[in-house]
Amino acid sequence: MSIVNIKNVDKIFFSQEAATTALKNISLSVETGEFISLIGPSGCGKTTLLSLIAGLIDPTYGEITIEGQKIVRPSAKTGYMLQQDYLFPWLTIEQNITIGLKTMKKLNEETRAYALSLLAKMGLEDKANDLPSQLSGGMRQRVALVRMLATSPKLLLLDEPFSALDYQTKLKLEDLVSFTIKDQKKTAILVTHDIGEAIAMSDRIILMSARPGRIQNIFQVPESLRVLSPFQARNDRNYNLLFQQIWKELESLEQQHS
Amino acid sequence: MSNSTAKLHEKYKQKIRLQQIQIRFSQLSIIVLFFAIWEVSGRMRWIDPLLFSMPSRVWALFIDKLQDGTLLTHTSVTLFETIAGFVLGTVIGTVIAAILWWSPFLSRVLDPYLVVLNSMPKIALGPILIVGLGPGYSSIIAMGALISVIITTLVVYNAFKNVDENYVKVVQTFGGTKQQAFHAVILPATIPTIISTLKVNVGLSWVGVIVGEFLVSRQGLGYMIIYGFQVFNFNLVILSLLVIAVIATLMYQGVELLERKLRKTY
Repeated sequence: MSIVNIKNVDKIFFSQEAATTALKNISLSVETGEFISLIGPSGCGKTTLLSLIAGLIDPTYGEITIEGQKIVRPSAKTGYMLQQDYLFPWLTIEQNITIGLKTMKKLNEETRAYALSLLAKMGLEDKANDLPSQLSGGMRQRVALVRMLATSPKLLLLDEPFSALDYQTKLKLEDLVSFTIKDQKKTAILVTHDIGEAIAMSDRIILMSARPGRIQNIFQVPESLRVLSPFQARNDRNYNLLFQQIWKELESLEQQHS
Repeated sequence: MSNSTAKLHEKYKQKIRLQQIQIRFSQLSIIVLFFAIWEVSGRMRWIDPLLFSMPSRVWALFIDKLQDGTLLTHTSVTLFETIAGFVLGTVIGTVIAAILWWSPFLSRVLDPYLVVLNSMPKIALGPILIVGLGPGYSSIIAMGALISVIITTLVVYNAFKNVDENYVKVVQTFGGTKQQAFHAVILPATIPTIISTLKVNVGLSWVGVIVGEFLVSRQGLGYMIIYGFQVFNFNLVILSLLVIAVIATLMYQGVELLERKLRKTY
């Protein structure tokens, strides 16, 4: 069963000078429990598409539904993770991970305990009373992950969440996020510019082309890679084959435009 | 090895301590010297003590005014007016900034008016205030507040606008309303800016209140200055100035202390 349905979506941004078509005729459905990645050259509208699914902005044409419900504003079914952690520096870690629950007026003893149990799973239970400034970049992004998961969303929208981290932390966090998402049986959509990350983490990769953003191609990640953790997948033979394939297509896309 | 490091550290600490003592000593010497030269110049008639007074005379007047209780009354009146002025100026300025943040339409409509009001010397409105609010506390407090309210509005509104949008996005992704975004993000993120405007406003309010007291001429340190000037009692003028210097400094230090406390959490 598909959880997300995107039907003929166009997004046009207007300014005084011009009307820019950011997305053109996007149709896509995401199955429950699936992990998909959106990749493409810069300006292909992948973050725009994510914002549309999140309900942060409205499509100009077309319709997006989550579990059959039309999205017009952010819903409790989705969680969003940004490029940087954006933890509030004036709140403790515990206050930061419960901010979503508080905003949704769902904060009670039970939900708080759940949020703290997630924090413990990330190995950060002793940091609950610390301020974000006392934590490293990787720890902070793990806290951001807990903040998103604390409200129990079914669909996770990840907007390049690993791009601001150093390589080693990024690899470790990919494994952790991948494990957590599979463990909790969530559906996830990841925006990334890293082909390797897309292959290592997802079940399906959507390649987008730029100006206007369209779906160029869809790659199915072979079963042999999907069962592996992202770190292991990076060392698999099939990983390189798929990498070359996507790389070539991305190259040809960029040449068309230059 | 560690022994010699400890020794060197001890030496270093001693050097710092010595420097601090030297600084304090120099500071103290300047003020003592200043009062001594002033006193001597007056006694030797190098300067006219009728105009420039003398520390001994000011001190005598201080004791006198302290004993008959008038100094305390005037000082507390001015202190109350100044605190009320700068608290009101800061609070009202912040509230207006919040309204402008809330409504981009309103902020664009009001923009030219804010520019005009900000450029205008608010002191010039003094007579209008006195006519409107009557010659008493209220018009003086209004002066103290008015002088800082527009600049507070502009500075705080700018701070509101400059809060990283992604923090707001975090709240929005949880379905947060604009009001929730304001409480959870905008306001706490700008507390340091609001506190630093508080610091500026303390100084501004003193100007507003003293000028207000000049105009209303009933009570307060500003009144003491203008009265001393009119009856040519410069001992009184200088006494008032010294009291203002001391209290204004204490107030500024108080706000700084508050700032340091809040900085720790924000």
